[in-house]
Amino acid sequence: MTRIDTTGPGRVPPTPSHTVGPFYGYALPFPGGEDIAPAGHPDAVTVHGYVYDGEGAPLPDALVELWGPDPEGGTPSMDGSLRRDPASGGFLGRNGVEFTGFGRIQTDANGHWYARTLRPGARGRSAPYVSVCVFARGLLVHLYTRIYLPDDATALAADPLLARLPAERRDTLVAADEGRGTYRFDIRLQGEGETVFLEFQ
Amino acid sequence: MPLTQQDIDAEIAAEHAAYLKRVAGGAPVEHHPRRDYAPYRSSLLRHPKRPPVAIDVRHDPELVELSSPAFGERDLSALDNDLTRQHTGEPVGERITVSGRLLDRDGRAVRGQLVEIWQANSAGRYAHRREQHDAPLDPNFTGVGRTLSDDDGRYRFTTVRPGPYPWRNHVGAWRPAHIHFSVFGSAFTQRLVTQMYFPNDPLFPYDPILQSVTDDAARRRLVATYDHDLSVPEFSLGYHWDIVLDGPSATWIEEGR
Ligand SMILES: [Fe+3]
Repeated sequence: MTRIDTTGPGRVPPTPSHTVGPFYGYALPFPGGEDIAPAGHPDAVTVHGYVYDGEGAPLPDALVELWGPDPEGGTPSMDGSLRRDPASGGFLGRNGVEFTGFGRIQTDANGHWYARTLRPGARGRSAPYVSVCVFARGLLVHLYTRIYLPDDATALAADPLLARLPAERRDTLVAADEGRGTYRFDIRLQGEGETVFLEFQ
Repeated sequence: MPLTQQDIDAEIAAEHAAYLKRVAGGAPVEHHPRRDYAPYRSSLLRHPKRPPVAIDVRHDPELVELSSPAFGERDLSALDNDLTRQHTGEPVGERITVSGRLLDRDGRAVRGQLVEIWQANSAGRYAHRREQHDAPLDPNFTGVGRTLSDDDGRYRFTTVRPGPYPWRNHVGAWRPAHIHFSVFGSAFTQRLVTQMYFPNDPLFPYDPILQSVTDDAARRRLVATYDHDLSVPEFSLGYHWDIVLDGPSATWIEEGR
Protein backbone atom coordinates (compact mmCIF):
# COMPACT_ATOMS: atom_id res chain seq x y z
CA MET A 1 0.00 0.00 0.00
CA THR A 2 2.93 2.33 0.07
CA ARG A 3 3.63 2.57 -3.63
CA ILE A 4 1.02 5.19 -4.33
CA ASP A 5 -1.11 4.59 -7.39
CA THR A 6 -1.35 7.88 -9.25
CA THR A 7 -3.08 6.49 -12.34
CA GLY A 8 -6.64 6.40 -10.97
CA PRO A 9 -9.09 9.29 -11.04
CA GLY A 10 -9.55 11.60 -8.06
CA ARG A 11 -7.34 12.75 -5.27
CA VAL A 12 -4.57 10.66 -3.77
CA PRO A 13 -4.95 10.04 -0.02
CA PRO A 14 -2.26 11.78 2.05
CA THR A 15 0.45 10.32 4.25
CA PRO A 16 -0.70 10.72 7.88
CA SER A 17 1.16 13.06 10.21
CA HIS A 18 2.99 11.81 13.31
CA THR A 19 4.61 13.51 16.27
CA VAL A 20 8.16 14.82 15.91
CA GLY A 21 8.92 12.88 19.12
CA PRO A 22 11.48 13.77 21.79
CA PHE A 23 14.71 12.97 19.95
CA TYR A 24 14.78 15.27 16.90
CA GLY A 25 17.11 17.67 18.70
CA TYR A 26 20.30 16.36 17.17
CA ALA A 27 18.74 16.14 13.70
CA LEU A 28 16.51 19.09 12.84
CA PRO A 29 17.86 22.25 14.55
CA PHE A 30 20.86 23.79 12.80
CA PRO A 31 23.39 26.46 13.83
CA GLY A 32 22.06 29.92 13.06
CA GLY A 33 18.51 28.62 12.71
CA GLU A 34 17.35 31.59 14.78
CA ASP A 35 19.43 34.19 12.92
CA ILE A 36 17.28 34.68 9.83
CA ALA A 37 18.08 38.39 9.34
CA PRO A 38 21.30 39.14 7.45
CA ALA A 39 23.92 40.59 9.79
CA GLY A 40 23.55 44.32 10.42
CA HIS A 41 20.34 44.68 8.39
CA PRO A 42 18.47 47.86 9.44
CA ASP A 43 15.05 46.13 9.28
CA ALA A 44 15.96 43.32 11.69
CA VAL A 45 13.56 42.58 14.55
CA THR A 46 13.78 40.12 17.42
CA VAL A 47 10.75 37.97 18.23
CA HIS A 48 10.81 35.73 21.27
CA GLY A 49 8.62 33.96 23.76
CA TYR A 50 7.73 30.76 25.55
CA VAL A 51 5.74 27.70 24.52
CA TYR A 52 3.37 26.52 27.29
CA ASP A 53 1.27 23.40 27.80
CA GLY A 54 -2.24 23.15 29.27
CA GLU A 55 -0.93 23.51 32.83
CA GLY A 56 1.16 26.55 32.00
CA ALA A 57 4.39 24.56 32.08
CA PRO A 58 6.96 25.62 29.48
CA LEU A 59 7.96 23.05 26.85
CA PRO A 60 11.72 22.42 26.77
CA ASP A 61 11.34 20.29 23.63
CA ALA A 62 9.19 22.28 21.22
CA LEU A 63 10.40 23.13 17.73
CA VAL A 64 9.32 26.42 16.19
CA GLU A 65 9.65 27.10 12.47
CA LEU A 66 9.24 30.59 11.06
CA TRP A 67 8.52 31.54 7.45
CA GLY A 68 8.04 35.16 6.54
CA PRO A 69 8.21 37.63 3.68
CA ASP A 70 10.90 40.27 3.26
CA PRO A 71 10.24 43.91 4.27
CA GLU A 72 8.76 44.63 0.82
CA GLY A 73 6.32 41.72 1.19
CA GLY A 74 8.14 39.47 -1.27
CA THR A 75 8.45 35.76 -0.56
CA PRO A 76 12.12 34.76 -0.49
CA SER A 77 13.21 32.22 -3.10
CA MET A 78 16.79 31.97 -1.83
CA ASP A 79 18.08 28.66 -0.51
CA GLY A 80 20.98 28.49 1.95
CA SER A 81 19.27 28.41 5.37
CA LEU A 82 21.29 25.36 6.38
CA ARG A 83 24.38 25.51 4.20
CA ARG A 84 26.77 22.61 4.55
CA ASP A 85 30.55 22.69 4.47
CA PRO A 86 31.81 20.26 1.83
CA ALA A 87 35.17 20.09 3.61
CA SER A 88 34.01 19.09 7.09
CA GLY A 89 30.48 17.86 6.39
CA GLY A 90 29.33 20.21 9.17
CA PHE A 91 27.18 23.31 8.99
CA LEU A 92 28.49 26.55 7.50
CA GLY A 93 25.62 28.74 8.65
CA ARG A 94 23.92 31.31 6.46
CA ASN A 95 26.05 33.43 4.17
CA GLY A 96 25.40 36.66 6.08
CA VAL A 97 23.79 38.69 3.30
CA GLU A 98 20.99 36.66 1.75
CA PHE A 99 17.52 36.44 3.33
CA THR A 100 15.95 32.98 3.08
CA GLY A 101 12.92 33.83 5.22
CA PHE A 102 13.13 30.48 7.01
CA GLY A 103 14.18 29.77 10.56
CA ARG A 104 14.02 26.77 12.88
CA ILE A 105 14.50 27.02 16.64
CA GLN A 106 14.20 24.51 19.45
CA THR A 107 12.95 25.92 22.75
CA ASP A 108 15.63 25.94 25.44
CA ALA A 109 15.47 24.20 28.84
CA ASN A 110 13.16 26.99 30.08
CA GLY A 111 10.79 26.67 27.14
CA HIS A 112 12.05 29.93 25.60
CA TRP A 113 12.88 30.62 21.95
CA TYR A 114 13.95 33.67 19.98
CA ALA A 115 14.61 34.59 16.40
CA ARG A 116 16.10 37.59 14.66
CA THR A 117 14.41 38.13 11.34
CA LEU A 118 13.43 40.94 9.01
CA ARG A 119 10.34 42.96 9.68
CA PRO A 120 7.76 41.31 7.39
CA GLY A 121 6.06 43.38 4.70
CA ALA A 122 2.33 43.20 3.94
CA ARG A 123 1.03 40.86 1.24
CA GLY A 124 -2.38 40.98 -0.39
CA ARG A 125 -5.08 42.07 2.04
CA SER A 126 -3.24 40.79 5.12
CA ALA A 127 -1.47 42.84 7.75
CA PRO A 128 2.24 41.97 8.00
CA TYR A 129 2.89 38.67 9.73
CA VAL A 130 5.36 35.82 10.04
CA SER A 131 3.95 32.31 9.61
CA VAL A 132 4.74 29.84 12.41
CA CYS A 133 4.70 26.05 12.57
CA VAL A 134 4.99 24.39 16.00
CA PHE A 135 6.16 20.81 16.58
CA ALA A 136 6.56 18.91 19.86
CA ARG A 137 6.55 15.55 21.50
CA GLY A 138 2.88 14.87 22.23
CA LEU A 139 1.68 16.88 19.26
CA LEU A 140 0.48 14.34 16.70
CA VAL A 141 -0.03 16.99 14.02
CA HIS A 142 1.98 20.23 13.96
CA LEU A 143 0.20 23.53 14.58
CA TYR A 144 0.14 26.65 12.41
CA THR A 145 -0.19 30.12 13.81
CA ARG A 146 0.94 33.65 12.87
CA ILE A 147 2.94 36.39 14.53
CA TYR A 148 1.46 39.76 13.67
CA LEU A 149 3.53 42.79 14.64
CA PRO A 150 1.54 45.44 16.52
CA ASP A 151 2.87 48.57 14.79
CA ASP A 152 0.14 49.38 12.26
CA ALA A 153 -3.29 49.38 13.94
CA THR A 154 -5.09 50.22 10.70
CA ALA A 155 -3.58 47.27 8.86
CA LEU A 156 -4.36 44.94 11.77
CA ALA A 157 -7.98 46.10 11.85
CA ALA A 158 -8.32 45.35 8.12
CA ASP A 159 -6.67 41.93 8.26
CA PRO A 160 -9.14 39.26 7.03
CA LEU A 161 -8.17 36.71 9.70
CA LEU A 162 -7.93 39.06 12.69
CA ALA A 163 -11.22 40.73 11.76
CA ARG A 164 -13.02 37.37 12.17
CA LEU A 165 -11.77 36.77 15.72
CA PRO A 166 -13.17 38.00 19.05
CA ALA A 167 -10.81 40.48 20.69
CA GLU A 168 -9.32 38.19 23.34
CA ARG A 169 -8.55 35.47 20.79
CA ARG A 170 -7.23 37.97 18.27
CA ASP A 171 -4.73 39.26 20.80
CA THR A 172 -3.03 35.85 20.98
CA LEU A 173 -1.77 36.45 17.41
CA VAL A 174 -0.39 39.95 17.96
CA ALA A 175 3.09 40.21 19.45
CA ALA A 176 3.76 42.70 22.26
CA ASP A 177 6.17 45.55 21.50
CA GLU A 178 8.97 45.55 24.08
CA GLY A 179 10.85 48.41 22.44
CA ARG A 180 14.07 48.55 20.43
CA GLY A 181 12.72 46.22 17.78
CA THR A 182 11.97 43.38 20.19
CA TYR A 183 8.57 41.65 20.27
CA ARG A 184 7.19 39.06 22.68
CA PHE A 185 5.07 36.22 21.33
CA ASP A 186 4.08 33.35 23.62
CA ILE A 187 2.44 30.19 22.31
CA ARG A 188 -0.13 28.50 24.58
CA LEU A 189 -1.01 25.07 23.28
CA GLN A 190 -4.04 24.56 25.52
CA GLY A 191 -6.30 26.21 28.08
CA GLU A 192 -6.64 29.80 29.18
CA GLY A 193 -5.31 32.21 26.58
CA GLU A 194 -4.93 29.36 24.10
CA THR A 195 -3.23 30.63 20.96
CA VAL A 196 -5.32 30.74 17.80
CA PHE A 197 -4.15 27.92 15.54
CA LEU A 198 -4.94 27.79 11.85
CA GLU A 199 -6.08 25.18 9.38
CA PHE A 200 -5.56 25.87 5.68
CA GLN A 201 -8.17 24.61 3.26
CA MET B 1 -1.60 1.98 39.70
CA PRO B 2 0.96 2.04 36.91
CA LEU B 3 -0.57 2.11 33.46
CA THR B 4 -0.35 -1.30 31.78
CA GLN B 5 -0.38 -2.39 28.15
CA GLN B 6 -3.87 -3.82 28.78
CA ASP B 7 -5.10 -0.37 29.82
CA ILE B 8 -3.66 1.17 26.67
CA ASP B 9 -5.00 -1.65 24.48
CA ALA B 10 -8.51 -1.01 25.80
CA GLU B 11 -8.21 2.72 25.11
CA ILE B 12 -6.87 2.10 21.60
CA ALA B 13 -9.77 -0.28 20.87
CA ALA B 14 -12.30 2.24 22.18
CA GLU B 15 -10.85 5.04 20.03
CA HIS B 16 -10.89 2.77 16.98
CA ALA B 17 -14.50 1.72 17.60
CA ALA B 18 -15.54 5.33 18.08
CA TYR B 19 -13.93 6.25 14.76
CA LEU B 20 -15.67 3.42 12.90
CA LYS B 21 -18.97 4.53 14.39
CA ARG B 22 -18.38 8.12 13.27
CA VAL B 23 -17.62 7.01 9.73
CA ALA B 24 -20.64 4.68 9.67
CA GLY B 25 -22.70 7.69 10.69
CA GLY B 26 -21.49 9.62 7.66
CA ALA B 27 -18.47 11.44 9.14
CA PRO B 28 -15.51 11.93 6.78
CA VAL B 29 -12.49 9.62 6.66
CA GLU B 30 -9.76 10.89 9.00
CA HIS B 31 -6.41 10.67 7.26
CA HIS B 32 -4.48 12.23 10.14
CA PRO B 33 -4.50 11.53 13.88
CA ARG B 34 -6.60 13.67 16.16
CA ARG B 35 -4.31 15.81 18.28
CA ASP B 36 -6.37 14.74 21.29
CA TYR B 37 -5.53 11.02 21.53
CA ALA B 38 -5.42 9.91 25.15
CA PRO B 39 -3.61 6.54 24.69
CA TYR B 40 -0.56 8.65 23.77
CA ARG B 41 -0.24 10.31 27.16
CA SER B 42 2.03 13.16 26.04
CA SER B 43 -0.85 14.50 23.94
CA LEU B 44 -3.05 15.22 26.98
CA LEU B 45 -1.70 18.66 27.87
CA ARG B 46 -0.32 19.53 24.45
CA HIS B 47 -3.36 19.60 22.19
CA PRO B 48 -5.49 22.71 21.70
CA LYS B 49 -9.02 22.41 23.06
CA ARG B 50 -10.45 24.94 20.64
CA PRO B 51 -10.98 23.99 17.01
CA PRO B 52 -8.48 25.52 14.57
CA VAL B 53 -9.60 28.59 12.66
CA ALA B 54 -10.05 27.66 9.00
CA ILE B 55 -8.47 29.74 6.27
CA ASP B 56 -9.75 29.20 2.75
CA VAL B 57 -6.67 29.91 0.66
CA ARG B 58 -8.73 30.50 -2.47
CA HIS B 59 -9.76 33.84 -1.03
CA ASP B 60 -6.19 35.09 -0.96
CA PRO B 61 -3.50 33.81 -3.33
CA GLU B 62 -0.99 36.16 -1.69
CA LEU B 63 -0.82 34.29 1.62
CA VAL B 64 2.77 33.72 2.63
CA GLU B 65 1.78 30.15 3.65
CA LEU B 66 1.17 29.37 -0.03
CA SER B 67 4.87 29.68 -0.69
CA SER B 68 7.60 27.66 0.94
CA PRO B 69 11.23 28.07 1.94
CA ALA B 70 13.72 27.10 -0.75
CA PHE B 71 16.46 24.53 -0.25
CA GLY B 72 19.26 23.79 -2.67
CA GLU B 73 22.42 21.85 -3.25
CA ARG B 74 24.43 24.05 -0.91
CA ASP B 75 22.12 22.95 1.93
CA LEU B 76 23.46 19.42 1.48
CA SER B 77 26.81 17.74 1.55
CA ALA B 78 27.60 14.77 -0.65
CA LEU B 79 27.11 12.06 1.97
CA ASP B 80 24.00 13.46 3.62
CA ASN B 81 21.75 10.77 2.15
CA ASP B 82 24.11 7.91 3.07
CA LEU B 83 23.91 7.41 6.83
CA THR B 84 26.38 4.52 6.68
CA ARG B 85 29.28 6.70 5.49
CA GLN B 86 29.25 9.63 7.89
CA HIS B 87 31.96 8.24 10.18
CA THR B 88 35.32 6.59 9.73
CA GLY B 89 33.91 3.09 10.28
CA GLU B 90 30.82 1.19 9.23
CA PRO B 91 27.76 1.16 11.48
CA VAL B 92 26.54 -2.15 12.89
CA GLY B 93 23.24 -3.42 11.51
CA GLU B 94 21.31 -4.51 8.48
CA ARG B 95 21.97 -2.08 5.61
CA ILE B 96 18.85 -0.81 3.88
CA THR B 97 17.99 1.41 0.94
CA VAL B 98 14.86 3.51 1.48
CA SER B 99 13.40 5.25 -1.55
CA GLY B 100 10.11 6.57 -2.83
CA ARG B 101 8.42 9.57 -4.39
CA LEU B 102 7.23 12.83 -2.92
CA LEU B 103 3.77 13.56 -4.35
CA ASP B 104 0.91 16.00 -3.85
CA ARG B 105 -2.76 15.12 -3.47
CA ASP B 106 -3.15 15.26 -7.26
CA GLY B 107 -0.43 12.62 -7.62
CA ARG B 108 2.08 15.05 -9.11
CA ALA B 109 5.77 14.89 -8.29
CA VAL B 110 6.95 17.46 -5.74
CA ARG B 111 10.40 18.46 -6.96
CA GLY B 112 13.47 19.93 -5.33
CA GLN B 113 12.11 19.82 -1.78
CA LEU B 114 14.01 19.01 1.39
CA VAL B 115 13.52 15.54 2.89
CA GLU B 116 15.15 15.03 6.33
CA ILE B 117 15.29 11.80 8.33
CA TRP B 118 16.48 10.74 11.78
CA GLN B 119 16.38 7.38 13.49
CA ALA B 120 17.68 5.10 16.25
CA ASN B 121 20.64 2.84 15.53
CA SER B 122 20.25 -0.90 14.92
CA ALA B 123 20.12 -1.50 18.69
CA GLY B 124 17.25 0.96 19.16
CA ARG B 125 19.31 3.82 20.63
CA TYR B 126 19.23 7.45 19.51
CA ALA B 127 22.43 9.48 19.46
CA HIS B 128 20.60 12.06 21.60
CA ARG B 129 21.99 13.08 24.99
CA ARG B 130 18.66 12.78 26.77
CA GLU B 131 17.97 9.27 25.46
CA GLN B 132 17.77 6.99 28.53
CA HIS B 133 17.47 3.58 26.87
CA ASP B 134 20.70 1.75 27.74
CA ALA B 135 21.12 -0.08 24.43
CA PRO B 136 24.62 0.46 23.00
CA LEU B 137 25.54 3.60 21.12
CA ASP B 138 27.26 3.04 17.77
CA PRO B 139 30.27 5.34 17.28
CA ASN B 140 29.82 4.93 13.52
CA PHE B 141 26.17 5.91 13.37
CA THR B 142 24.50 9.24 14.08
CA GLY B 143 21.23 8.50 12.33
CA VAL B 144 20.62 11.83 10.56
CA GLY B 145 20.19 12.31 6.82
CA ARG B 146 18.84 14.77 4.29
CA THR B 147 18.32 14.99 0.58
CA LEU B 148 16.36 16.89 -2.09
CA SER B 149 13.60 15.25 -4.11
CA ASP B 150 14.63 14.95 -7.77
CA ASP B 151 12.72 15.97 -10.92
CA ASP B 152 10.56 12.87 -10.58
CA GLY B 153 9.89 13.63 -6.88
CA ARG B 154 12.15 10.75 -5.91
CA TYR B 155 14.31 10.56 -2.78
CA ARG B 156 16.75 7.87 -1.71
CA PHE B 157 18.61 7.06 1.52
CA THR B 158 21.12 4.41 2.48
CA THR B 159 21.06 3.59 6.19
CA VAL B 160 20.77 0.69 8.64
CA ARG B 161 17.48 -0.71 9.83
CA PRO B 162 16.64 0.93 13.18
CA GLY B 163 15.81 -1.22 16.20
CA PRO B 164 12.61 -0.98 18.23
CA TYR B 165 13.01 0.80 21.56
CA PRO B 166 11.20 1.08 24.89
CA TRP B 167 9.60 4.33 26.07
CA ARG B 168 7.69 5.42 29.12
CA ASN B 169 4.14 5.91 27.93
CA HIS B 170 3.09 2.90 30.04
CA VAL B 171 4.69 -0.23 31.52
CA GLY B 172 6.09 -2.33 28.69
CA ALA B 173 5.72 0.33 26.00
CA TRP B 174 7.88 -0.37 22.93
CA ARG B 175 7.96 1.63 19.72
CA PRO B 176 7.95 -0.43 16.53
CA ALA B 177 11.06 0.25 14.43
CA HIS B 178 10.61 3.49 12.50
CA ILE B 179 12.41 6.26 10.65
CA HIS B 180 11.33 9.85 11.32
CA PHE B 181 10.73 11.97 8.20
CA SER B 182 10.43 15.75 7.86
CA VAL B 183 9.31 17.00 4.45
CA PHE B 184 8.68 20.37 2.82
CA GLY B 185 6.33 20.87 -0.11
CA SER B 186 5.84 23.72 -2.54
CA ALA B 187 3.67 25.50 0.07
CA PHE B 188 4.22 25.90 3.83
CA THR B 189 0.68 24.50 4.22
CA GLN B 190 2.00 21.12 2.99
CA ARG B 191 4.60 20.77 5.74
CA LEU B 192 4.73 17.20 7.04
CA VAL B 193 6.55 15.44 9.88
CA THR B 194 5.83 11.74 10.15
CA GLN B 195 7.32 8.27 10.67
CA MET B 196 7.91 5.35 8.31
CA TYR B 197 7.48 1.79 9.61
CA PHE B 198 8.68 -1.60 8.37
CA PRO B 199 6.30 -4.32 7.14
CA ASN B 200 4.91 -6.98 9.50
CA ASP B 201 6.25 -5.51 12.73
CA PRO B 202 4.58 -7.41 15.63
CA LEU B 203 4.56 -4.22 17.75
CA PHE B 204 2.06 -2.36 15.53
CA PRO B 205 -1.11 -3.15 17.53
CA TYR B 206 0.49 -2.14 20.85
CA ASP B 207 1.82 1.26 19.80
CA PRO B 208 -0.41 4.23 20.66
CA ILE B 209 1.52 6.52 18.30
CA LEU B 210 0.90 4.40 15.21
CA GLN B 211 -2.64 3.59 16.39
CA SER B 212 -3.39 7.31 16.76
CA VAL B 213 -4.04 7.05 13.01
CA THR B 214 -7.41 5.37 13.56
CA ASP B 215 -8.24 4.82 9.89
CA ASP B 216 -6.93 1.38 8.84
CA ALA B 217 -6.07 2.37 5.26
CA ALA B 218 -4.34 5.57 6.39
CA ARG B 219 -2.27 3.64 8.92
CA ARG B 220 -1.13 1.21 6.22
CA ARG B 221 0.23 4.16 4.26
CA LEU B 222 2.83 4.64 7.00
CA VAL B 223 4.30 1.19 6.39
CA ALA B 224 6.99 0.80 3.71
CA THR B 225 6.91 -2.07 1.22
CA TYR B 226 9.82 -4.45 0.78
CA ASP B 227 11.05 -3.86 -2.78
CA HIS B 228 13.45 -6.40 -4.18
CA ASP B 229 14.23 -4.14 -7.14
CA LEU B 230 15.54 -1.53 -4.68
CA SER B 231 17.73 -4.06 -2.89
CA VAL B 232 21.36 -3.67 -3.87
CA PRO B 233 23.06 -7.05 -4.51
CA GLU B 234 25.46 -8.00 -1.73
CA PHE B 235 24.87 -4.66 -0.03
CA SER B 236 21.36 -3.69 1.17
CA LEU B 237 17.67 -4.56 1.34
CA GLY B 238 15.26 -2.16 -0.33
CA TYR B 239 12.13 -0.51 1.06
CA HIS B 240 9.78 1.62 -1.00
CA TRP B 241 7.79 4.39 0.64
CA ASP B 242 5.89 7.11 -1.23
CA ILE B 243 4.93 10.27 0.66
CA VAL B 244 1.81 12.25 -0.25
CA LEU B 245 1.67 15.82 1.06
CA ASP B 246 -1.64 17.19 2.28
CA GLY B 247 -2.75 20.80 2.50
CA PRO B 248 -3.61 23.26 -0.23
CA SER B 249 -0.91 24.52 -2.57
CA ALA B 250 -0.76 27.46 -4.92
CA THR B 251 -0.83 25.40 -8.12
CA TRP B 252 -4.48 26.20 -8.77
CA ILE B 253 -3.36 29.76 -9.54
CA GLU B 254 -1.14 28.54 -12.36
CA GLU B 255 -3.93 26.36 -13.70
CA GLY B 256 -6.26 29.34 -13.74
CA ARG B 257 -3.99 31.33 -16.01
FE1 LIG C 1 11.52 7.61 17.35
